[in-house]
Amino acid sequence: MAEIPLLSVRNLVVEFPSRRGTLRAIDDVSFDIAEGEVLGMVGESGAGKSLTGAAIIGLLEPPGRIAGGEILLRGERIDNLAAEPMRRIRGKRIGMVFQDPLTSLNPLYTVAEQLIETIRTHISCTERVARERAIALLDRVGIPAARRRIDDYPHHFSGGMRQRVVIALALAAEPDLVIADEPTTALDVSVQAQIIDVLKEICAERGASVMLITHDMGVIAETADRVAVLYAGRLAEIGPVRDVIQAAEHPYTQGLMGSIPTLTQTDTRLVQIPGSMPRLDAIPKGCPFNPRCPHVMDRCRHDRPVLIARGSKREVACWLYEAVREEVHHG
Amino acid sequence: MSQTEQSQTERGKTPGRLARAWDSDIAWSFRHSPVAIVAGAVSVLIILAAIFAPLIAPHDPFNPATLNLMDGFTPPMEPNAFTGNVYWLGTDNQGRDVFSTILYGARISLFVGFAAVILAMVLGIAAGLVAGYRGGWVDGLLMRFADVQLTFPSILLALLIFGIARGFIPPAYREEMAIWVLIVAIGLSDWVQYARVVRGATMVEKNKEYVQAAKVIGAHPAKIVLRHILPNVLGPVLVIATIGLALAIIAEATLSFLGVGVPPTQPSLGTLIRIGQGFLFSGEWWILLFPSITLLALALSVNLLGDWLRDALNPRLR
Amino acid sequence: MVDTVLQVEGLTRTFDVSKPWLNRVLERDHKQFLTAVDNVTFGIERGETFALVGESGSGKSTIAKLIVGLLKPSRGTIAFDGQPMSFESGTAMRNLRRRFQMIFQDPFASLNPRWRVGEIIAEPIRTFGLASGADVHREVARLLEVVGLSATDAGKFPHEFSGGQRQRIAIARALSSKPEFIVCDEPTSALDVSVQAQILNLMRDLQDEFGLTYLLISHDLSVVRHMANRIGVLYLGRIVEVADSKRLFTDPQHPYTRMLLDAVPDLALSGRRRTPVTGEIPNPINPPSGCTFHPRCPHVMDICRGDPPAQTPTATGAAACYLLTEPVGS
Repeated sequence: MAEIPLLSVRNLVVEFPSRRGTLRAIDDVSFDIAEGEVLGMVGESGAGKSLTGAAIIGLLEPPGRIAGGEILLRGERIDNLAAEPMRRIRGKRIGMVFQDPLTSLNPLYTVAEQLIETIRTHISCTERVARERAIALLDRVGIPAARRRIDDYPHHFSGGMRQRVVIALALAAEPDLVIADEPTTALDVSVQAQIIDVLKEICAERGASVMLITHDMGVIAETADRVAVLYAGRLAEIGPVRDVIQAAEHPYTQGLMGSIPTLTQTDTRLVQIPGSMPRLDAIPKGCPFNPRCPHVMDRCRHDRPVLIARGSKREVACWLYEAVREEVHHG
Repeated sequence: MSQTEQSQTERGKTPGRLARAWDSDIAWSFRHSPVAIVAGAVSVLIILAAIFAPLIAPHDPFNPATLNLMDGFTPPMEPNAFTGNVYWLGTDNQGRDVFSTILYGARISLFVGFAAVILAMVLGIAAGLVAGYRGGWVDGLLMRFADVQLTFPSILLALLIFGIARGFIPPAYREEMAIWVLIVAIGLSDWVQYARVVRGATMVEKNKEYVQAAKVIGAHPAKIVLRHILPNVLGPVLVIATIGLALAIIAEATLSFLGVGVPPTQPSLGTLIRIGQGFLFSGEWWILLFPSITLLALALSVNLLGDWLRDALNPRLR
Repeated sequence: MVDTVLQVEGLTRTFDVSKPWLNRVLERDHKQFLTAVDNVTFGIERGETFALVGESGSGKSTIAKLIVGLLKPSRGTIAFDGQPMSFESGTAMRNLRRRFQMIFQDPFASLNPRWRVGEIIAEPIRTFGLASGADVHREVARLLEVVGLSATDAGKFPHEFSGGQRQRIAIARALSSKPEFIVCDEPTSALDVSVQAQILNLMRDLQDEFGLTYLLISHDLSVVRHMANRIGVLYLGRIVEVADSKRLFTDPQHPYTRMLLDAVPDLALSGRRRTPVTGEIPNPINPPSGCTFHPRCPHVMDICRGDPPAQTPTATGAAACYLLTEPVGS
């Protein structure tokens, strides 16, 4: 019997009722995050990666709602909790880092006030102890002269420093899981690398798992242990980062990897996937990728591919590999 | 070209203009808002009744030949004591059919309202576009002027303009010019809000890249303002214009009620209410009540329609 | 023979970022100026792709706007095909304008939402009087097919298209005046990677087909590496290094260039050891003295805090760093 994963998402379905009928933004997505693991969630805009994060922390914006499946934190369901218990889980057990640091910090309170409040909401301790913890945290995320700067307001900090404060805030209550949604997208290239390093190190130090949501394969490559690739609200491929990046199996992941220009490759043409991701109201029948897929077969247009295990750690939702498996069976 | 992207929006043939309008977000939002449907129906009903007043009205209240003073003060739905004539909504002191006067009155009220709104809109849009696009001292001058005007209540301003205009018009023409003076007075007192909204929207639009693209090819500023920016700032203007129509109708009624609006020979709803209130305490309540209800229904439904339009056009509320 | 399409000399642009007059008087503040572009010089040869790369505050977008005339330079000159650009109207300038175009960053803002695609693409054709009547429609249809869309798309509105398709429409508009030179301001930064690949490939194909010259403005080093022949690296409004694309990536001369290269995530998982990047970009209103990079530079020397370093020739370009002129360790 395997140990219970920290977070387990089972057959998650998120729907948006709209005037043209109900739109399925996330359709039957399942994955686990183990203790201390960094799971990257990658996909293009509209793939449902941010929605998955929002569904886990119970912050889906209405009219969006979880229409099926379950989300388990250490084996306990958290997808059907009332607002109040869910609020206690957010912050205490699941920390959050968003793309825009300005939206996660209240501009009217000093960094000290926000950090101390978060610490004391979730951990019982005196104001003085909380303040010391807060200073230590800021110091750890790389804010120079933390003891002096803790009483500054968020607007006194630069973009990169603000994101460090947000990371400190997310980790203030020592959560088991940190969900980081595009934490570096709003930052400059030279600052991005610093933030990713801080996030990765501090979570590793505290044994917190990370769900890193991003469109940037480079960030995933540098940070994650495993990666889940989403396409049109469905899981295309999930597996260890090295395997997926160096030998992608799903044709979408292959196309995605080929389309990224790199510093080492030169004058070759970029691989391009024709067309664009379908809109939610026009997701093709069968495999959602079939109209763009270079290996499309008849079956792909009718049957939705299931996740097929490839080795012990990897799963791919593509009929190409069903054939391989059958051959193996016959042989 | 090496490859072509199949445009995913191509699904069979494009539906006709009417079908697309029916399918548009705004039409959908209208169909799903009971308030908007009722308000729309009431507005359309009153507007149509006013337009076709000569066809609908049982009497011509402004033709002295058809009036019989003996018919005066007939209560609604009761036969007149002397003539035996029955009037749905009764008659006033001169024997004019209240229902017919309301139809003709609404006609004048609506005409003044629409004309005043159009005047205010044209002035406001022009000022807003110029101020927003040019910026600098032109903007400063126009907007400070607008600020000063805003410090006066618009009804006071309309009274002022009305008074000044009458001073310039020879007494012989005063009566026939009264309606135009009224339109100018209300229009001039209302342009500021259009100007402000258009200026704000223009300042946002002029920095967008499609305007920069037009500048890169050296398009004339007038063309940029009129062809590129104007169509993109009209949405909020439509909302204010709808609510402004209700306000203009009320302003007209207020001025006419105060006796400075249209003359009693061509009564608007406001004039009718002024006439009617003289008879309220002598028992002839209908002369006041029915024009008031009409004015209330018209102003309220147009206003509700404006509210709905504002919400429907605001993507953040959807 | 070198055929220079665009020559920029000593280009400088300052912005007045002072508080309003009344605040200045009350708070006894002085006027404040931001030098967004500081004495920038470069040339672009016909048929090449020259890239300007930099982070926020580097002045790269300001340079793009100066070149196409959306902003006026404070000092310095821009010459197109040997003719100085003066953006006051005139027949000469009108003829010049036809020959350069711009592609913008945000395909959702760069197309007028109230215009049909056909009208959008036809606007430059009509403005420059390149065709009339039915010829305009034929030309629009041709351009749509050139960028990989269908001629029937001319009747649709921009909101009916995806981001990538809109960027194709913007490219078709840029091509419609038959320009020689196109300024591309972050043309793919608003797009997803798979769509970015389509657009980058399209831009390359068009360059081959029509002999276009590009000025590519970007913050993304991998995009720049993929597209450009020569690259200029900007930091706080100044060019710190110019070099051939290959050379810049294999043998960066300026410490800032090195730092930028180190910051690019390693997709190849080569386990390359990265020098940790330190510090953030200073406030451009009050930049550091001398070489503006000196507070973040691992090789900082006393001299760096004095006068700004001059451009020193390198193998394929130039770099502004005292390491190249001063004996190391002084």
